[in-house]
Amino acid sequence: MQAKHFVLSINGKQCSVAVDPGTALLYIIRNDLDLKGTRIGCGEGNCFSCTLLVEGRPQQSCSLTAAAVEGKSIETIEAIRDTELGQALIASFITEQAGQCGYCLAGILASAKALLERQPSPSRNQIVAAIDGHLCRCGAHNRIIRAIEKVAFGRRMAG
Amino acid sequence: MTIASPPSLTENPQCRDWIDLSPNGRVTLKSGKVEIGQGIATALVQIAADELDVDPDRFDLIAGHTSLGPVEAGTSSSLSVETGGQAVRLAAAAVRSLLLDEAAKLLQAPKTELSVDNGRISVGERATDLTYWALAPTVDLSAPVLGHANPKAPNERRLVGTSMARIDLLSKVASAGFIHDLDLPNMRHGRVLDPPARGRRLVILDDTSLNAAFPNVKIVRDGSFVGVLAAREDEAVQCMAALRMCAQWSDAEGGPHSLAEAIAADSSSVEEVFCKGDTASAEGRVVRTEIERPYLAHASIAPSCAIARWREGCLEVHSHTQAGHDLKSALAMAFNIEPAKVTVIHHAGAGTYGHSGQDDVAYEAALLARAVPGEAVRVLWSRFADFALSPLGPGMVVTAEAKVAAGRITAFSIQSVGQAHVFRPGRGGTVNFIAAERLSAPPPKGIASDVPLSRGGGADRNANPLYAIPNVHVSKRVLHDLPYRTSALRALGGYANIFAIETLMDDIAIEIGSDPITLRLSHLQDKRAATVLEEAASMAGWPGVSVEGEGLGVGLCQYKNRSAYCAVVAKVMCGEQIRLTQVWAAVDAGEAINPDGIVNQIEGGIVQSASWTLLERVALTGDAVSTHDWGSYPIMRFSEVPEIEVRILNRAELPPLGVGEAATGATAAAIGNAVRQALGIRIRKLPITRDAVLAASAS
Repeated sequence: MQAKHFVLSINGKQCSVAVDPGTALLYIIRNDLDLKGTRIGCGEGNCFSCTLLVEGRPQQSCSLTAAAVEGKSIETIEAIRDTELGQALIASFITEQAGQCGYCLAGILASAKALLERQPSPSRNQIVAAIDGHLCRCGAHNRIIRAIEKVAFGRRMAG
Repeated sequence: MTIASPPSLTENPQCRDWIDLSPNGRVTLKSGKVEIGQGIATALVQIAADELDVDPDRFDLIAGHTSLGPVEAGTSSSLSVETGGQAVRLAAAAVRSLLLDEAAKLLQAPKTELSVDNGRISVGERATDLTYWALAPTVDLSAPVLGHANPKAPNERRLVGTSMARIDLLSKVASAGFIHDLDLPNMRHGRVLDPPARGRRLVILDDTSLNAAFPNVKIVRDGSFVGVLAAREDEAVQCMAALRMCAQWSDAEGGPHSLAEAIAADSSSVEEVFCKGDTASAEGRVVRTEIERPYLAHASIAPSCAIARWREGCLEVHSHTQAGHDLKSALAMAFNIEPAKVTVIHHAGAGTYGHSGQDDVAYEAALLARAVPGEAVRVLWSRFADFALSPLGPGMVVTAEAKVAAGRITAFSIQSVGQAHVFRPGRGGTVNFIAAERLSAPPPKGIASDVPLSRGGGADRNANPLYAIPNVHVSKRVLHDLPYRTSALRALGGYANIFAIETLMDDIAIEIGSDPITLRLSHLQDKRAATVLEEAASMAGWPGVSVEGEGLGVGLCQYKNRSAYCAVVAKVMCGEQIRLTQVWAAVDAGEAINPDGIVNQIEGGIVQSASWTLLERVALTGDAVSTHDWGSYPIMRFSEVPEIEVRILNRAELPPLGVGEAATGATAAAIGNAVRQALGIRIRKLPITRDAVLAASAS
């Protein structure tokens, strides 16, 4: 392993890390920066558990390297959960009890926030399309869709 | 009221085995049943809080800690509320009674006049300064639960029966809430070299070039077991990727081309497990079906993970195992140490729905940790390992045959064939960790024995039909000659057996020109079963209106013939694709501890079963699993999930029944029967895919 220095913009902070250029962003976030809310899933870009936001768009952190995201703004669940939208989503997930084991939820929250930011009042189909890449094995799908729909509805009502 | 003693109390008879009133102002509730996404932590706190009259937010839960908690059987078979929950209810009731005995003395008031509000004692209407915690030092919690338990009557319960929100969900949405996130001081990261299949041997491992490239990585080898240890996780990952390129494994071994071929070739014998009357001499026309379920993967979203540390000959393991005490015994056996020297501590993982790689990875962490005494080692499995090396839910062939005369089923026989359904660590006289098979001196291989019907059955789970039929014969054949590794997957044989029975019931209805619901009702003496069936039918507007390409189908199950009742009606739309559009379910789980928790479990069971039934099949090539990523093993996605409506028939006066596995078989049958109604085509070999339908309609 040949460590190289990278400066990453994570949750509004400039973070300097020394990592092998081949290291996945997921490991940098979780281990070097100790932000463990981003889940480790398949490591192959297929389950979307490790989704976070890069420039506001959902990306799978297991399939990104530091070089690919240098200079870009990265938002993890630790920042998402403190935003107004993140809070509303989490509250809605709890109200709907939208989850069983809960492992897929952090990644889904990231995708849901990105959707609601670019499309404040999405249809059910748009919600489903926005999270369709995320795998949930417990079968909490309908509750998850409903939790996001209710936040969208609340925002629509609030104008 | 007579109180049945749940098995969990036998080994843990004292109040203090379950409850501590410490620290001040808090209640520590101890359980051997662990939270795996099913909501048990919440249900147990609800039960205890209700009996003790202490608010749920004052509770701390110790669950699945083999040294600090009670010795209970694993979290499986939908028994956590039925047995663990009942034990907690009795223990909490006993603790309350002991505390109130003491309070009555101090306050010089009759016990019957005392009441409790969030741990504070009142005499009649008058609140006192006395609390549980003030009383605690003088109360001996080594007293037996059964001598003191007098739980509240159903109408006195306030928390139980309400849909209290999950106490653990928030920590899992957006925090470091999982075992994967545990970071012990100076922890090393481990990865293990995956063989292409179980039973392969490492022929060459030329790792000489790796020392220079990865000077900080320690490589541990014993026979064909190879692991790496590094301070940095990414370093372990990259070193393992390089090591994989240096490994050459023994050639593939053969395997059967199909389950049918394997069954024909296997030397196992038929076991009769239940017999009533005489099926052979019963009169009637024969209706017969044979169904096949493929091998299925647990397909947990998260990789199997564990952390182990050896200190002064003692082993501490952090694990998301469902069966901490089984794991503890098996680890003691594997490392030849006293069981007392092993502690297993449960941490949350992703749902596994049975016996996945959770225990194997704990053993592998312990093996690697042995090379660095005193240091914690965290091992994470690869996606490949979780698909290809973890136990599979066994493939099954079920043959069911009925005789029908004058609209009545006179005889019913069923035979379930497949590999064993439960082979947890330490069972069958062997450790049963997959990596142990690769050591230079492997332990003897055990033979899995299937679960007997008295404990709910394995291959024969739910094979005995719920219907009133005078002559019944149930048998099973457990295959032992196959190379595949199988163990518990949600509902065990219950999924395929209910699929077979309920498929046959529909075939009989067609044969005699009866409505499928009417036929079932006319053969049900069990009122609770009949009620859920009628309820589900009514929810779905049975029989519905006839629309081309659309079909309604029904399935009914009482899980293990002794847990929750569940009736399911499914609607499918068969056009370009087979689409499951709507599902209705009615459930009778006795006393509903947490109604929304039950609904959530039933919804989840329906979706998971629909995914198995419509999409899933582990592909086997020779001795190897060839579906080892999400691309080759798709599961149901958000865009494929049906609308679901669940109704609970609460029976607060009856014992609570396990629900986690109740929906699987009934859902599969409902889908199959709906496809049969929509297309007139019966798919007997799962999964019911578009290709299967096309092939069936072509023949």
